[in-house]
Amino acid sequence: MFYREAGQFKSGYAADQAMFPIPQDRYVVIAIVAFAFLGVPLIANEYWLQAILIPFLVFSMAAIGLNLLTGYAGQLSLGTGGFMAVGGYMTYKFTTFWPELNIVACFLLSGLCAAGVGVLFGIPSLRIKGFYLAVATLAAQFFLVWTFNKVPWFYNYNPSGTVTAPPRTIFGTMFTGPEASAPARYLLALSIVVVFAFAAKNLVRGRVGRSWMAIRDMDIAAEIIGFRPFQTKLLAFAISSFYCGVAGAMSLFLWLGSVETEAYGIDISFQVLFMVIIGGLGSILGSFLGAAFITLMPILLTNAPQFFGFSMASDLQKHIELMIFGGLIIFFLIAEPHGLARLWQIAKEKLRRWPFPY
Amino acid sequence: MAGPETSPAEAILEVENVSLRFGGVQALSEVSFDVQSGEVRAIIGPNGAGKSSMLNVINGFYHPQEGSITFKGVTRRRMRTHEAAAQGIARTFQNIALFRGMTTLDNIMTGRNLKMKRNFLLQALYLGPARREEMEHREFAERVIDFLEIQAIRKTPVSRLPYGLQKRVELGRALAAEPDMLLLDEPMAGMNTEEKEDMCRFILDVNGEFGTTVVLIEHDMGVVMDISDRVVVLDYGRLLADGTPDEVRRNPLVIDAYLGTVRD
Repeated sequence: MFYREAGQFKSGYAADQAMFPIPQDRYVVIAIVAFAFLGVPLIANEYWLQAILIPFLVFSMAAIGLNLLTGYAGQLSLGTGGFMAVGGYMTYKFTTFWPELNIVACFLLSGLCAAGVGVLFGIPSLRIKGFYLAVATLAAQFFLVWTFNKVPWFYNYNPSGTVTAPPRTIFGTMFTGPEASAPARYLLALSIVVVFAFAAKNLVRGRVGRSWMAIRDMDIAAEIIGFRPFQTKLLAFAISSFYCGVAGAMSLFLWLGSVETEAYGIDISFQVLFMVIIGGLGSILGSFLGAAFITLMPILLTNAPQFFGFSMASDLQKHIELMIFGGLIIFFLIAEPHGLARLWQIAKEKLRRWPFPY
Repeated sequence: MAGPETSPAEAILEVENVSLRFGGVQALSEVSFDVQSGEVRAIIGPNGAGKSSMLNVINGFYHPQEGSITFKGVTRRRMRTHEAAAQGIARTFQNIALFRGMTTLDNIMTGRNLKMKRNFLLQALYLGPARREEMEHREFAERVIDFLEIQAIRKTPVSRLPYGLQKRVELGRALAAEPDMLLLDEPMAGMNTEEKEDMCRFILDVNGEFGTTVVLIEHDMGVVMDISDRVVVLDYGRLLADGTPDEVRRNPLVIDAYLGTVRD
């Protein structure tokens, strides 16, 4: 009833090609972004920001990156954790080597490093596809993590082998390091994610996005109408790895504060892949939904028994939590293999006709 | 859709002594023919005659072991398919090769890709030149959509479209590239009479109004004889006959290939 396109006429291609051509969508997105910037820092406590919202933003960023590569360009990758590690460790190197440099500039530079590494490991994609490519990217995952573990230069010869985010300020406000407040870190992460989510949305609705989807849907036809498969795939690897690299930097500097290479392990790669699959392949919104599902669901499950007044042994609860979580993933994949974003799309189509479905 | 600048009598494509083998299978042997600029050229022949292989050779998907292809005066032996596209060759496929996850409009917009020059950074920001470029090409895509009368399905994912419309969208994607030469691999296959008539009309309009040279493979002899200017007949990878529809129809070799020989 409220979500209806009838009577909305576009008078130009620009209006029709807009990012959110339906005004209701546009207002909702503006409202959510405004609330995230203005409302959330006022009402959310330290726990909410540190344990829920900041990891959600970090994983959203990584999921957007992987979705560009896997969902849009159709190149399966299990190297997400490795590319995130490049972002994290390179930001650490940049900012310790050159402390005056703005920390956001360090993030972007390290993203470029990750992009370079991504291109390098994307080269096999010209010859191999699908599961075989996934194995090749798995090599990237293990090689990169091993490198950051074994080459002391990357962690500045710190005997414990950990890297710790040094305190850095922007315009006099502390954004990283142990002293930085959770709202400040949240706002910086949010700003980065919002900017790059819009950039990703712009990319996928333009020529670059069409070239990726063409390669994904039918690579031979794509080449016959003039796309160059090699450049197209490598650009997808570069941009995807850039996003993952920045996500890795955010993970170290804005969320965890201090990491070892385990923070970028293979389970992170799988986690981000699950987010993309559950959220919806080929959807920027899906990346957010998937990240929310994977980061929020365990917390919800942890708190659900207390909420209903049950109490049980914590180890039993942990195991039940894992079982329910696994069950939910399988349920969602069976119920809607195209992910939460597709459920949302169906809901929108239904809403359009509600309450008179015929 | 700018027409070719060459005069109509000139050969836009010359195929000389092309032979193509896959291992021990001789797909094409010493085939030579030419395509005049602005004509509708049909390639016919029984199944397995090498018709699709011939199209694949022309647009650089297969590389013949012998012979040469000259397109718009440029001779080549080996070439990547995207280079053929850049030269002005567009094609459709026997089994529809649309990008199934994308809408009709997006599929047609992919046909414009070679004309779009803005880099990905500008596109990510969607500012100034990138936005203008997108609008210009949208306008052209809309002209193709109008021409093919598919306005109503512009925003529909192509995987939801019926077969006949998918064929039409695929033609639209090829037309969006403003090709000098259009290769159509069985554009009427699986269509009913009405859809065939529509498709014939589109092909003749493209040829007549924009001067696009058309090379098509088709099994419907009525269609071939009606719309083509000249016909090449292939059988077992060899050139059997080449001429106007009337000449080909009367050629005893062609009749034998299609109907079999009476041995007595």
